[in-house]
Amino acid sequence: MRIAVIGAGAVGAACALALTEAGAEVIVLDRVGVAAETSSRCEGNILVSDKGPGAEAELAILANRTWRELARRLDGDRMPGQPATEYEAKGGVVVAFGASAGVLADFAATQRAIGIRAVPVSAAELRELEPHLSDAVEAGVHYPDDAQVQPSLATQAMLARACRLGAEFRIAEIIGARHAHGRIIGVETPDGVIGADAVVNCAGPWAGAVAALLGGRLDIRPRRGVILVTTPMPQRVFHKVYDADYVGAVGSGDAALQTSTVVESTPAGTVLIGSSRELVGFSAEQLLPPLTEIAAKATKLFPFLADTMLLRSYFGFRPFAPDHLPAIGADGDVDGLFHAAGHEGAGIGLAPATGELIAHAVLGSPAPLDPAPFLPTRAGLRSAA
Amino acid sequence: MSVRIRFDGDEIAGRDGQTIAGVLLGAGRRSWRSAAGAERGVFCGIGVCQDCVVTVNGIENVRACQRTAHEGDIVEREAR
Amino acid sequence: MTRRVAILGAGPAGLAAADAALTAGAEVILLDEGERIGGQFWRHHEQLTDRRMQHQHARFAQLRRAVGAATVHCEASVWRVDADRGIRVHALLGPADASGREAITIDADALVIATGAHDRALPVPGWTLPGVITAGAAQALAKRDGATIGARTVVAGSGPFLLPVAEGIALAGGSVVEVVEAAGVGAIARGWGRAPWRLAAVAGKSGELAGYVGGLLRRRTPYRFGQAVTRIHGVGGVEAVTVQRVDARWRPIPGTDRTVECDSVALGHGFTPRLEAAIQAGCDLSTERFVVVDDRQATSVASVFAAGEITGIGGADAALAEGAVAGFAAAGGALDDRRIRGALRARTRMHAFAARLDTHAIRPGWTSWLDDDTIICRCESVTRARLDEYAAASSRAMRLATRAGLGACQGRTCGRTVETLTAAGVDFDRRPVLSSIRIGELARLHHAEHKEQE
Repeated sequence: MRIAVIGAGAVGAACALALTEAGAEVIVLDRVGVAAETSSRCEGNILVSDKGPGAEAELAILANRTWRELARRLDGDRMPGQPATEYEAKGGVVVAFGASAGVLADFAATQRAIGIRAVPVSAAELRELEPHLSDAVEAGVHYPDDAQVQPSLATQAMLARACRLGAEFRIAEIIGARHAHGRIIGVETPDGVIGADAVVNCAGPWAGAVAALLGGRLDIRPRRGVILVTTPMPQRVFHKVYDADYVGAVGSGDAALQTSTVVESTPAGTVLIGSSRELVGFSAEQLLPPLTEIAAKATKLFPFLADTMLLRSYFGFRPFAPDHLPAIGADGDVDGLFHAAGHEGAGIGLAPATGELIAHAVLGSPAPLDPAPFLPTRAGLRSAA
Repeated sequence: MSVRIRFDGDEIAGRDGQTIAGVLLGAGRRSWRSAAGAERGVFCGIGVCQDCVVTVNGIENVRACQRTAHEGDIVEREAR
Repeated sequence: MTRRVAILGAGPAGLAAADAALTAGAEVILLDEGERIGGQFWRHHEQLTDRRMQHQHARFAQLRRAVGAATVHCEASVWRVDADRGIRVHALLGPADASGREAITIDADALVIATGAHDRALPVPGWTLPGVITAGAAQALAKRDGATIGARTVVAGSGPFLLPVAEGIALAGGSVVEVVEAAGVGAIARGWGRAPWRLAAVAGKSGELAGYVGGLLRRRTPYRFGQAVTRIHGVGGVEAVTVQRVDARWRPIPGTDRTVECDSVALGHGFTPRLEAAIQAGCDLSTERFVVVDDRQATSVASVFAAGEITGIGGADAALAEGAVAGFAAAGGALDDRRIRGALRARTRMHAFAARLDTHAIRPGWTSWLDDDTIICRCESVTRARLDEYAAASSRAMRLATRAGLGACQGRTCGRTVETLTAAGVDFDRRPVLSSIRIGELARLHHAEHKEQE
């Protein structure tokens, strides 16, 4: 069975790897290159801490376990040109200012009920975990299972492994599809038609447009995010540290600018500072408001950051689904067309589990969990379109 | 007129108005930072390459070739 | 109504632009990151600079007087330029890399970008040793600080700029062991005629260049052509260099190497334009990666003008002429105005001189003097072998995997070289933030904005 995977971001690479490992013949197509867009413009989160009880939490818990094993497998057997994933189970620390401490504690209790390790920490314990944290922070929750990869490198590593197992990677833009008897039989590129028995749409924030090109439909929109990077320094931040209001921002559908603080160090010695969320299309304008607001909030959490130097900033577009769940599975109208998109800011973390769900949908491999909540045909997604 | 700064615990005198890089070079120091275990000092001399950065009075990442030395400045090495 | 013209850079181009814009009746705001106006060409310090290094000093004095009528911000780090809905320039005022500098925002009717260029130094095995600096650094240290990098310096690379560098080192008390020029005698004869300083007379450059060559002769400093420093030796600092003959493509010729003892090296293989502000403003670039301008020095963006090295490497005289035209036009002046006639003529003359600089342009054979373990990206210590490993990856993937160009200088030093070695357009000049800014300074902008709204 020949499968075309559209998009060489983290989700496309993970799908390609899962499908190849399940025995399919896979060709991955991307108009720019591997990890050229969202997957190299993000933090590489593998989080359980930001998920409240529900289908996405189940997927995140599964993906958290899968990543640990996958990273070991990828990094343990690298070929020339295959970078290390920089997987690091550094753990997350979520902190709250003032009154929101109670909300955070209640949220953590609901997480513990579904098996997420969420350990309340006192002010003194917080200082041990993060000595440079602001004195104004009084309460927090430690999530030992939160992890991180360098997203571009992890994507490159997954795709390199898939290619080593026989997958093909080609730079090509999709301009249309070929159908026969209501079924997709190939995709059109400027260089000709690429025949396929199945097509998996992993085009991230462009997945809606690609779905339309292929005759299907999917409501995925770009949600812009800005990240600040400092110059390298001795390590002063030891976990992924974020403000409890992050959980609210992730779950919100508000189009206006929202920021909430996420701070962490990278193996390169830089500190990454996020995060912002805006529904402004694919706009590259008006970047100063998120940039300055993120800086203002981050210095409140870690006062030492005020004197650190901005090295660069970048922005990217998360694939936003109106009902906040990724769309994974068969298209409702076109046989042979599948979608794996709409993970918003969780695409890196959820990628391996998404790959397994796609292998189930396309090839009938065993499903790692109930696929029903994620189906692109679900009411929440179709009605919004 | 001279200006005195502290570097690596030593007092170093330079000419008033010189940059920190100028003072250090004048005192015979050609490197004041390390990168991947090797010594580095001034390279582009006009603020572009960031090779010469030092910590000045506790503030990191100050380009020694761009910052005028002031009496009593405490200059520390950085490592990358 | 009086037009407001903002000018980025107070080197020859920016100063001439300010002078001409004032002449045409505009209000002028001039910004420069240096402590004093003058740019690299007139870099100076009132007490420390040897007057003999100040070329065309009378012109500088005249411009300095003229810009007394402008608002001049020195020590201004311009970190953002918006030109899509009117001109807006964001800058921080204060000592280099200080924390908590004063933020200013300047709105203007027109913008002249005159951000100049910095030296390009090609990697050579051993070039990260203490004692190796760029030719521009040698010049800046000599002019600004009255300092030298060592006692015995080899000046190497290409182009006539090596000559004032050698002179500056000598005037600052150092000794130049030799000047090593990669362009061969044949190429120079074809490009310049038999004697560069004589042919440069077309551009009025003869006196200056002849003076430098005279200085070399007087000090018995050898001036080698068709040769290159292909290796720098030393432990913990420079002890010697290998000099080799190179062919017309700058490929080292085996068996021609000789060892030259020295304690320092100044490398300069031409210049890289500082394009970030122009790119952020949205200006079109040529295939050679200079800002495209018309006769009025107008860029592709409305009300944005460019002058000097960012429009083509041509030296201070070209920059002065272009700057005058740009400033005059930005102020709303017309090109048939007699007050700008002299600058237009000078510009034509200097472009003929600039064309000859091609004689010294980097040739592709130089890459064969690299070793596998030669560091290419100095910030992140990325070697050539590491770049080769990712030769097939997309440029973004390559950069993130190797970290080449992702370090503190953001590819300003290695960018063009990485592009050469990976044969990929890496687009290093596109940056959302143009200069160093601290997180706390960004935070204060947010607080200031919110106070305004309240």
